[in-house]
Formats: sequence, structure tokens, C-alpha cells
Amino acid sequence: MRNFLIKRLLLSILIFFFVVFIIYLLMRCMPMSYVETMAQQLSQAPGSKPYEEWLLQLNAQYGLDKGIIPGFFDQLKNLLTGNFGDSWKFTVPVVQKFNEVIWVSFTMGGIAFILELLIAIPLGVIAATKQYSRTDYAVTVFALAGISLPTFFFATLLKLVFSVQLGWFDLVGLIGRDYNHLDAWGQFLDKAHHLVLPIVTLVVISVGSLMRYTRTNMLEVLNSDYIRTARAKGLSEKRVIYHHAFRNTLIPLVTIVGGSLPGLFAGALITETLYAIPGIGWTSYQAMTAGDIPFSMFYLSFLAILTLAGNLLADILYAVVDPRVRIA
Amino acid sequence: MAKTEKKTGNLTIDNTFTPVTYDPQYILMVNKLKKYFPIKGGMVSQTVGYVRAVDGITFNLKRGTTMGLVGESGCGKTTAGRTILRLSGGKTGGQVLFNGQEVYDLSHKELRALRTKMQIIFQDPFSSLSPRLPVGEIIGEAVREHHLVPKEEFNDYIDQVMDNCGLQPFHKARYPHEFSGGQRQRICIARALALNPEFVVCDEPVSALDVSIQAQIINLLKELQEKYQLTYLFISHDLSVVEHISDTVGVMYLGNLVEYGATEDIFRNPLHPYTKALFSAIPIPDPTVKMDRIVLEGSIPSPANPPSGCKFHTRCANCMERCKVEAPEQKEIEPGHYVVCHLYDK
Repeated sequence: MRNFLIKRLLLSILIFFFVVFIIYLLMRCMPMSYVETMAQQLSQAPGSKPYEEWLLQLNAQYGLDKGIIPGFFDQLKNLLTGNFGDSWKFTVPVVQKFNEVIWVSFTMGGIAFILELLIAIPLGVIAATKQYSRTDYAVTVFALAGISLPTFFFATLLKLVFSVQLGWFDLVGLIGRDYNHLDAWGQFLDKAHHLVLPIVTLVVISVGSLMRYTRTNMLEVLNSDYIRTARAKGLSEKRVIYHHAFRNTLIPLVTIVGGSLPGLFAGALITETLYAIPGIGWTSYQAMTAGDIPFSMFYLSFLAILTLAGNLLADILYAVVDPRVRIA
Repeated sequence: MAKTEKKTGNLTIDNTFTPVTYDPQYILMVNKLKKYFPIKGGMVSQTVGYVRAVDGITFNLKRGTTMGLVGESGCGKTTAGRTILRLSGGKTGGQVLFNGQEVYDLSHKELRALRTKMQIIFQDPFSSLSPRLPVGEIIGEAVREHHLVPKEEFNDYIDQVMDNCGLQPFHKARYPHEFSGGQRQRICIARALALNPEFVVCDEPVSALDVSIQAQIINLLKELQEKYQLTYLFISHDLSVVEHISDTVGVMYLGNLVEYGATEDIFRNPLHPYTKALFSAIPIPDPTVKMDRIVLEGSIPSPANPPSGCKFHTRCANCMERCKVEAPEQKEIEPGHYVVCHLYDK
């Protein structure tokens, strides 16, 4: 087990190195350049230097006069020494901006994720135990509808019905206009109220695939020989399904769940942007479209680390639930 | 539970049989038992036909004896075993009387209680044990769930059962993947016997094992039978094994029991042309003996669309005009030796 962990850790570090390189390469190749936009603005001021001179000066100032490879190693050095720098667009330290916005996303993603598990897994189990029944078809239709709906379309539909026509929720934003006049409890309720539609969107979009996945795995287990053995033992149907079948369905589910944990920090780019929720998804979207290299680098490297850690965690959890892996 | 749909046309299920009355010398009475699997097709997946896996088999099984059920693969042996135990949904027709009680009339709760009396050992000891449970739990779970022994005796009881089947007490904490094939089959046997059954269906219990282990398992089964007066329905395609272990033998072809009788009678004097062909294929371990094999023409017809009349007529060497139109009835040729063939009509 120790050797396995060390091996996996070293491999993760190697992967991380290449991931960071690809991120930097992409950021430098993007058609969006923060420096060019800024040089254009500055050169338009009356009596200012021409665009080309501004461009040279700003490039040197922001470290973009170097080639991609030396620039990458500078960035890597900064990342590794914990010197993340200031965000170009938001003009505050990257870490500070990140800290401001991440928790909104985390809360929203966390609640959506828990709801998703609570809905998808029982539905999947029910659909599998009642295969080809009306319940099964109803659940499947609901799941496929969720999978097939594009986020932007579904979110817009929700807004049209619940914000525009019924007027139950604000159209966009995390806080209402009189947020500052509320007490702490009122502020909490105000935020919760604003998060309802984004969370509904996230859950409906993502619940289908997990439910289908649970159903498929559960069906596979239910048709296996050892379930027939359990039935032949004369166990109650409840015990057959929950004690024998569901336990074996959990293994592939753990992989999926482990793999989606980093997603909680990734934010929901489209949903947050549509509802103007100041979370990490929307913020990173703004940073990327502005060509803000320090912020994007920090955010994307952070995601890479989370993904790698998530996979490692899933491998360890695997060994916990599956006795066959424990020995190997 | 599969509903038995009764439709007109080619989907008609003939479910006429004379109910048998319970005879206490028989632990199991099977009368015209049928199990059809619907074939779904078309736009709204309606039933377009049936696979006649078990098509009206009749036999009685005496207490404490072993009946061998033989036939080539796909002839419905396994389905017959499972249908008798009500392990594959509903039956399509006929009767299964276990100790005089119709198995399919029981409620789910009564059936669960009856499961302790009738057990099954599956063919594949690798896939029929739950990989996530330790062996002690696999064997003991049902004992605990059915409250068969008091709590304080539970551990000793499990040790005892495992010892009977040639397993050590320290094996309890291990998982199935840590055992060899033979040991796994011992676990399966221990699991079945822990419930103290009267009747055990052995569904090809040795066909997944190599020959030396086969003998061990067969001898273990015989020992346990003597010790606990068990009744076995021994399903196999290995005729030598069946001859060794069985008191009576049934030969199945395409869902029908074509011949049935005492092992000695059947092996000494096979009557049905199919039985003759089947038994001529038993290898004789002597290179000087020239084998007189009867080779059947063609392959086994589809059980979804079986031949008319006698189902065997397409491959039978003694086929008559009558065989093609009229299905033969079961006839007793010598005491306890039944055959389903027109050749023996007087």
C-alpha cells in the first residue's frame, strides 16, 4: 500500500507539470490579450504615446516579452514558491479574489451534489429493481430529459417561468437590492432564496447520468449468480437488494463520486454566468475572456491538483470497499 | 413474476393436466411442469412467441434418493431445476408438489420459510458467491435470518457445518476469491446444507471443476446424503458421474423428459432412441474396445419453434409417419421405467 501511494504520488506530480505547461501554452496562444486591450485604451487618451510604444512597455511590465518556454518556467517558479501574484483584471491578489468567490460556488455545488446523490441513487435502484415497469420508464424519461436539456436553455426556461411570470425569484444575482439593510438571518435567507434556481438547474441537468449509471450497475449486479444464491437462501427481497446487490453497486459509484468532488471547487461556469452568481465559475470566465494570465493559471492549476487528488482518493476508497483490491 | 399470457393462435399455451394426489413416499412430485420464456418483439414489445424451455415434465422423487437429470446443453435441465425451486419467476403450467405442498401456491413469506427445506448448489462456484462477503457470512447469513439455531450456538453450528464440508474454521473470515474452485464448491455446499434442507438441487455442481476435484465433491455429496438423508436432484451432462451418484435417471430432450427410470435399467437397457444415442457417446477407457457410436444427424432444433409431433422425430433413426404428427405419451415399459416414444406402443 505504501509503495502504491508513493508511485501514484510521483506520477501525479509528473502529470501536474505537463498540465501546467499546457495551461500556460493555451493562455499565451489565446486571441484575447489583456496587454493589447490595455494598450489600446491607453493610447486613445489625449496626448498619449502611440499604441506600439504602449504595447512594448506593457509587455515588458507584465512579463510577456519573453518566449513561451522561459515564461512558463517563471510562472512555474511563482506557483511552486506560493507567489501567485495579482490578478490583472481584478487588480487584487489572486488568492484574495479566489477566496472571495470560491465559497459561493462551493456551497452551491455542494448542495446540488448532495441533492443529486439523494435523488439519483434511490431512483436508479428503484428503476433497476422494477426494470421495464412504468416506474422505470418514467424515471428514464425524466433522466434523459435532464441529460438532453442544454444548461442555458433550461436555465432560461426556469427564469421565464419562475422569475418573469410567477415572480418568485430575482432574475439574476446572489443578493437582493435591500441586502445591506437585513440582519444576519435575513441575509442568509436572501442568499438561499437567490440560489434556489441555480441549484435546481444544476441538479436537473446532472441527476440523469448518475441515475442511469446507478441503474445500469444495479441491473448488472441483480442479474448475477450470487443474487440468485441470495434469493435461494430465502432472504427477504429487501435484504437481497440492499444488503447484497446495493453493496456491490457502490463500488463503481464511489469512482464516479470521487471523480466529481473536484467539480465542487470548479464552479459551474455556464450556470453561474447565466444567473450572474459571483462564484468561481463566473469569475474565471471573466478572467479568461480578459486574458488574465495569473488568475487563470492559479484557477486551472488548482483544478488540476483537485482532479489528481480526487482520482487518488477514489483509488484508496476502492481498496476500502472492495476486499479484492485490499490484498493486491 | 412473469404473467402467463393466454392468447389465441400460435401463442396458445396448452395447460391441461390431471392433478396428482400426494403420495407421502415422494418428497417431490412434478406433474406436467412447463416453463416458457416469452420472446418480446415488435414496436410495443408484445409477446411474439415462447421459448419452451421446460415443456411438460413429469416425475416423482423418493425421499433420500438421488435423481440424475441428463441431456445435452440447452435442453432445459437447469431451467427445470430452477423452476422446481421457484427461482425463475412463475411457472407456465403443471404442478410442483414439495411434501404435498404446491410450491407456486405459497405466499412470498411462506416460500422464504420453505427455502430452508429446499436448496440449490449452482454450477459455477466462482460467480455464485458474493465477492463482498466473508465466507462465514455467506454460510451463516441465512441461518441467522431464519433463526435456525440459538444465538449462542451460532458460531459452533457454522464451524460444524464447515467441518462437515471439509472447511477449516479460520476460513470464515476469508473472502471467496481467496479459495480454489474445489474449496469454493465446498463453500456452496456448506451454504446450502447450513439451512438443514431435505431436498437439494445440484445444478451441474462439478462441471466447472477438474476431474480430481470432481471426485472429491461427488464423494462429499454422497457422504452428506447418507448422514442427513438428503434427497438430490442431480443435474449433469456427465453420464459417468450421473451413473455413479444416481438412483434414478431422467433423460431430457428439448424440454421434455423422454425417458425416466432406475439408473441400472436405463444404463443397461436404454429404450428411447435419443437415450441410446446419448449413452453410446460415453467414452470407454479401453483403447481396444471399438465404440459403437450412434451419431445423431443435424443439430438440436430451436425450443422456440419445436418440431411437431414427437420433438425428436427430426433426428430419430426410427422415425415413423406417426411420429411427425402425434406427440407420444409417457408409458411404463418395465416397473418404474418410463419412456415417451411411439416405438413401444403395443
